[in-house]
Order: sequence, then structure tokens, then C-alpha cells
Amino acid sequence: MGHLEFDVAHLFAGGLVLVSFMLLYQDRLYALLNVFALQAVVLALSVSWQAYVQGAPHLYVTAAIALFFKAIIVPMALHRIIARLGVHREVENVVSTGPTMLAGMGLVALSMVVMLRVTSAAVPLAREDLAFALSVVLLGLLMMVTRNNAVSQIVGFMSLENGLILAATGAKGMPLVVEISVAFSVLIAFIVIGTLLFRIRERFDTIDAEALDRFRGGRR
Amino acid sequence: MSAWFGLAWVCVLMAVAVFALLNGRAQNSSAAVYGACFLISFVGLLAALIHLISGAPESEIVLPLGLPWIGAHFRVDALTAFFLAVVNLGGAAACLYAIGYARHEAEPQRSTPFVPAFLAGMNLVVLAGDAFSFLFAWEFMSLSSWALVMAHHREEGVARAGYVYIVMASFGTLALLLAFGLLAGPQGDYAFAAIRAHQASPLRAGFILALALAGAGSKAGLVPLHVWLPLAHPAAPSHVSALMSGVMTKVAVYGFIRIVFDLLGPPQWWQGLPILAIGGGSAVLGVLYAMMQTDLKRVLAYSTIENIGLIFVGLGLALAFEANGFRTAAALALTAALFHVLNHAFFKSLLFFGAGAVLVATGEREMDRLGGLIRRMPVTSFVFLIGCMAISALPPLNGFASEWLAFQAILLSPQLPQWGLKLLVPAVGALLALSAALAAACFVRVYGIVFLGRPRFAAAKGAEEVDQWSLAAMASLAALCVIAGVLPGLVIDGLAPVAQALVGARMPAQASLPWLSIAPIAESRSSYNGLLVFAFIAMSASLAAYVIHRFASRALRRAPAWDCGYPDASPLTQYSAEGFAQPIRRVFGTFVFRASERIDMPAPGETRPARIDVTLHDLAWELIYAPIALAVSFVAERLNRIQYLTIRIYLSLVFFSLVFLLLALAVWP
Repeated sequence: MGHLEFDVAHLFAGGLVLVSFMLLYQDRLYALLNVFALQAVVLALSVSWQAYVQGAPHLYVTAAIALFFKAIIVPMALHRIIARLGVHREVENVVSTGPTMLAGMGLVALSMVVMLRVTSAAVPLAREDLAFALSVVLLGLLMMVTRNNAVSQIVGFMSLENGLILAATGAKGMPLVVEISVAFSVLIAFIVIGTLLFRIRERFDTIDAEALDRFRGGRR
Repeated sequence: MSAWFGLAWVCVLMAVAVFALLNGRAQNSSAAVYGACFLISFVGLLAALIHLISGAPESEIVLPLGLPWIGAHFRVDALTAFFLAVVNLGGAAACLYAIGYARHEAEPQRSTPFVPAFLAGMNLVVLAGDAFSFLFAWEFMSLSSWALVMAHHREEGVARAGYVYIVMASFGTLALLLAFGLLAGPQGDYAFAAIRAHQASPLRAGFILALALAGAGSKAGLVPLHVWLPLAHPAAPSHVSALMSGVMTKVAVYGFIRIVFDLLGPPQWWQGLPILAIGGGSAVLGVLYAMMQTDLKRVLAYSTIENIGLIFVGLGLALAFEANGFRTAAALALTAALFHVLNHAFFKSLLFFGAGAVLVATGEREMDRLGGLIRRMPVTSFVFLIGCMAISALPPLNGFASEWLAFQAILLSPQLPQWGLKLLVPAVGALLALSAALAAACFVRVYGIVFLGRPRFAAAKGAEEVDQWSLAAMASLAALCVIAGVLPGLVIDGLAPVAQALVGARMPAQASLPWLSIAPIAESRSSYNGLLVFAFIAMSASLAAYVIHRFASRALRRAPAWDCGYPDASPLTQYSAEGFAQPIRRVFGTFVFRASERIDMPAPGETRPARIDVTLHDLAWELIYAPIALAVSFVAERLNRIQYLTIRIYLSLVFFSLVFLLLALAVWP
């Protein structure tokens, strides 16, 4: 593998991590969706570069799915949901931005250490890819943990799944059917959660997940 | 008989179970199902007996089922064949009995499908040749018997019995699972043949023994793991009670023998100690508990604990003898234990059938509401009497033969070199003697209160003899009790291949001795002739009866004029079950049950009746189970908080545990 291929793959994967950090500090919902769409675009670029490098044409399909669903359909749908719910002004800060970013950096460092240690036998491209993918997954989880708003939790979940796709494409020989089924299961999860959002909204006048807990009542 | 045959007939039983499930509500379907089960079990019994007597070679098959890299092993050897015979004999008797009994059940379809499944499960446990199949079959047996316990789930106390049973059954399976895990060792050989090939270290053998004792002992009913047994066995329909008490406890004994005698390798002498102590304790405590009960089926269930204790004493002795190289003595002790397994299956099934017949005829299980049934149900009374005599170990019946053999083995204990055993074994022997005497008292009480005297209530007065099927089942078991008692040599010789396989020696052949007597070691030392005792008892009894009828009946008799001030005594003034138990309760009760009596005597002039209230405590519950239950509910109360966290905190828990694991991975050297 040439130097250029490695550098470009590194660039895209690192870009994905960078966009994950951008997601972390967005507290406006529309901006969050835009950054999420950007992440999907970067993912699609990264996957198609992998397809080119590995000479695996089926990865182009994965890239197309990522581009079509994650960069266009899902953000648009979430956009409409936010508009219909009228929650675009909601600002949420369970954990403030500074500590969140610091924690994110710690997570990236952690995933680097773990992955580089564990995969010492693999080719360098796959190692880097896996390390970045784990960072994206952990940052997505971090986002789900630090947000209360249901929409941003969905976005966190989706970006976590982006990390999974990155890991899957980095590993050679992952069959297409696995990627497609993962993509579809995420899509179905998205539909279910989206429907649920409206139900929550109907009942509680808010999409703050804490309202659910208040409704359920605390400890008996 | 090959293992294929055994499996085939397990499959047939399962097919019958499915048939019963599909046709549960059809008319007479339960009679058809029980009839089919009877035939299948009977064929199985014959096949197992033929295998045992002909000395056919071991047969093993491996099927590509279960865990992928192990497969399912099934094998038939002498031990398997003996226990298959016990299981199928009990099964055949119970199914024959149930053909009639199930007609009186309110909802027979609740138990019909599970009886064949239960029988299939027990057969499968015995046939299993690897740990996975064994545990699977064991759990299948537990669950199907649990379903049978819950057949009358609307009756009071049954739901609790089922709950306690399933908790204890899960505990037992867990213990066995761990035992097999230790047996398999780090290389994970779960097939019995592979386990047998390597030897466990003494420490590990100790753990395995403890786990096997807990796992098989909880199913068999060893004190203090017995608490479920007197709840669950009586709660089931009577034929199922007979199966559980007479057969399922034997399958547990089989599991114990298989692990400790076969898989664990050569024993250490100290391994006998815990088995002997627990067995002796179970024997005495079981019969003391039985003495205190007034519910007929519960008395029988507690008496099962006593008999299981006796069997385990025999097994512990066999282990101690084998560890010291006294192979003939070990064969004697093991044969006594196995003989008692067979006998207990005979008479406990018979007694539970009798209790079921009483229940059908009167609707009562409380002994203090029965009485005088000997005139209303003569055949049941006669066979029940034989069962009572057999379980009380009276010669010439079978209970005496096996207990006599056990005592012969105990008398050999001074040969043992270790002082621990030298001291413990005679003490256990004394416990066994005590429990045998108490068992006799217990069954005198049962028979006297239930069958003799006058009926205490209308239900007992209007009792009718039960149907032919039930009578046939009881009579055949009673006949077996007599045959095994009069001809014990046949059974001992039949058990020889089992003893040969497990302890490497056998008792001397009994068939060659003159006049069908048996001699455990040598004729010069001790011998017993059941036939002679039987003939003597028959002769003297008929002579006495003749003399009484000839001379006493015709003598002039006078009726009492005053009859102690009770000219028209109510039947309730007869000796009651509580009253009969009182002396024994006074002797042992304060220590074993913390019994206390409170007499509430009205003041002179008051018209209310005096009362005597007795409170008994079950120390096993109060000292062991109640603290455990408290601890569990304490922990559950604390953990309950986790159920009421917010979604975000649940996610955080996942997140932090993931980060923690990754950190652990990162800093791992």
C-alpha cells in the first residue's frame, strides 16, 4: 500500500473523529443535525476511499447507503420532526461543554491505547481505522449520556453507528449483507424512536427524557 | 439391552406425553395414556432385568445432539440397568394405579401429559453418559415433576410447595452443574468416559463430594436440604407422590452413586465421614418429623427422608470400606444400600397408593378424621398393613432384609483402621437402630389411627373399597415386598454385577446356600433365612388364631356395665394421632423441635372445654432457611433502587462499564 492511500484513509477517519467532537459541543438542534449530516458525508468519503483502496466494489454500495440515508434522509426527517415539535430553540446542558470535550479527549486517547495494543498483528491501516472507529463509538455513547433531549440522543446513537460502519469497512472481507442489515436495523430503530418522540410529546409536552422518569415515578 | 433400546423407549414415552397433551380433554384419554405408560414401563422393566441378570456388556452410543463438540452420550451398564429397573417398576406400578385413580381426579388432564414426560426424564437421567445430557435430563425431570406438584394448584399450600420445590430444585441443579464443572477439569471433558480417565486432586475431590451431596442430596431429601420434600410430595396427586417419593429420590441416589463411586475415582477414607453423619442425622430426624405429623401423606413423605438417610449411610460405609481396601465389606454395604433403594421403591409406592386410596374413599388426609377403615376397605387395609410392616423392618418382609444387611456392614466397622470411622460408624449404627424403632412406632400409629378403631367422622364411616386397578397395583407391590423379603438371596445375587462394577468385589453368591438363606460374609458368622422366619411366623400366627377362635370365642363373655363412665363413648375419645405421638414428642421434642405444650384449663365452674396447644418449630427452617430468605430480601431491597433510575443513568452505567473494561484492557500488563 502506498503512502498516499494510507494518508488519505487516515485523514478521513480522523475527520470523522473531529466531526464527532463538533457534535459534542453543538447545543442547538439544527446545528447538531447539520454537523451530523457532515459526519455522514465524511463517512461516505471514507468508505468509498476504502472501497477504492481495497478494490472492493461492494463498499461503494455501503458508501451510497451512508450518503443517502444518513446524510440526507435522516437529517431531513429529524429536521421536520423538530420543526413540527417546535423545539428548535431548546438548549440543553446536562454536563457543560468543557468537561464533555475533556472526557471526549480522554476517550480518544483510551481507544488509541487499547486498539494499538490489541491489534499489534494487524496491518497499519486497519489498526488506525479500528482505533478511530472505537473513538467515534465512544464519543457517540458519551453524547447519549450527556444529553437529555431525545433528538440529540438519537443523533448520538446514529453517530455511534457511523463508528461501527467505519470499523466494519476497515476490516477486509466484511460481507455486504452484514453492513446492509446493520444499516437497516439502525433505520428501523430510527423510525421507532421517531414515532416514540411524537407519542412522548403528545403526552408530556416536552421531549426531555427526564419527563418520562417523572411520569413513571421515582423509587416506590 | 442396548442404549438404543433405552432411548427408543424414552422417545415412546415422550410421544405418549404429546398425545396426552393433545387429547387432554377427551373422554377416557387419561386411562389410555396410563395404560400405554404401564405397558412401556413394564417392557422397560423386563429389558432392564434381563440386562442385569444376563450380565450383558456395556453399551454406549453418541448422538450428534446437545453441545456441538461433545454430542449426547447414552450408556447402559449394570448400575444403569438396576436403576432403570427401579424407575420402570415404580413407573409401571404408578401407571397401573393411576388407570383407576385418575378417574377420581377433578382435572386429570392437568397431570396426564406430565406423568409420561416425568418417567421419560427419569429414564433419561439414568441413561445419560455425559454431564450435559445428565443435567438436561435432570432439569427436565425436575420441571415435569414441578408441573405435577402444581396439578392441584388451587388447593391451599400447593402454590407455596411448588415455589419451595422449584427453588430447591434449581439449587440442586446448580450444585450438580458445579460438581460436573470440577469433574471435567480445565480441559473440559464432559463425557463420563473422559471424566473417569483422569483423577481429581484430594482438595478438588472434596469440593466435588460436597457439591454432589448438596445437589443429589437436595433432590433425595437429606436433612437439612429436605424442606421442599414434605411440602411437594404430598401436594401432588397420589400416584405422582408415589413416583416422586419412591422413584425420583432413587434417581437422585443414582446421581450421587454415579458421581462419587464411578466418576470421582478411588475414594479417600474421610469422604465417608460427611455421608455417614448426614445420613444418620437424616434417618433419625426424618422419622421424628414423621412422628409429629397428622397428615397421612406428609407422614409418608417425612419417612422417605428417613429411608434416604439409611441408604446414604450404606453408601458412606461402602465408601469408607472401599477406601481401606475392604472390598467385600464395601460390596456388602453397597448391596445393602441398593437393596434398600429397591425396597423403598416397593413399600413407599405401596403406602402412597394406600394413602391415595384412603383419600379417594374418604376425601381425607388428616389421620384424626379417619379410623375404622379396616372394615370398610379390607383389601386396602391388608396391603397397607404389609407396607407398614415392611417399612418398619419387620421380618420376614423386605425392609428387614436390607436393614439387616446394613447392620451387618456396620458390625464390620471395627476392622477400619481410622479412629474417626471407628467412632462414628457405631454411633451412626445406634442412630439407625433408633430410627428403625421410631419408624415402627410411627407406622403403628399410622395404621392404628387410620385403619383400626371406630370411624371418627362420617367420611370414614361411608368409605368404599377402591377400584380394581388400584387394588391390583397395591397388591402386586405388596407381593413384591413379601417375595423380596422371603427370598433376599435373589436380589443380592442380582445386585452382584453392580457391586462388582462399582467397588470391585461382590457379596458371596447366595443362590448356592441351602434353604434359601443368606449369609453376608460367611455362614459361620451370621446368616438369615427369610423363608424359615416366614414359615415360623405363619405357623405360630395360625396356631394362635386357631387357639383363640377355638377356645376364646366360645367362652362366656360379659358386656361392661359401666364402661368407665362412658357408656356411649364418642369415636373422638379414641386415641388420637397427636396423643400417640406425645411420649416421643416429650422425649425428643424439646431438643429437636423446641416443642412447648400449653395447657389452657378453665377455672372451676366455667363451661368452656380445656385446651392443650402444642407448638413445634422446624429448626431447619428457622436456623438455615429463614436467615437466607432474610438476607435475600435485604439485598433485593437494596438493589430495588436500580429499577427506578432514569434512562440517561442506565446509559451512563453501560458507558462507564465499557470505559472501565477498556481501561482494564489498556493497563493490563
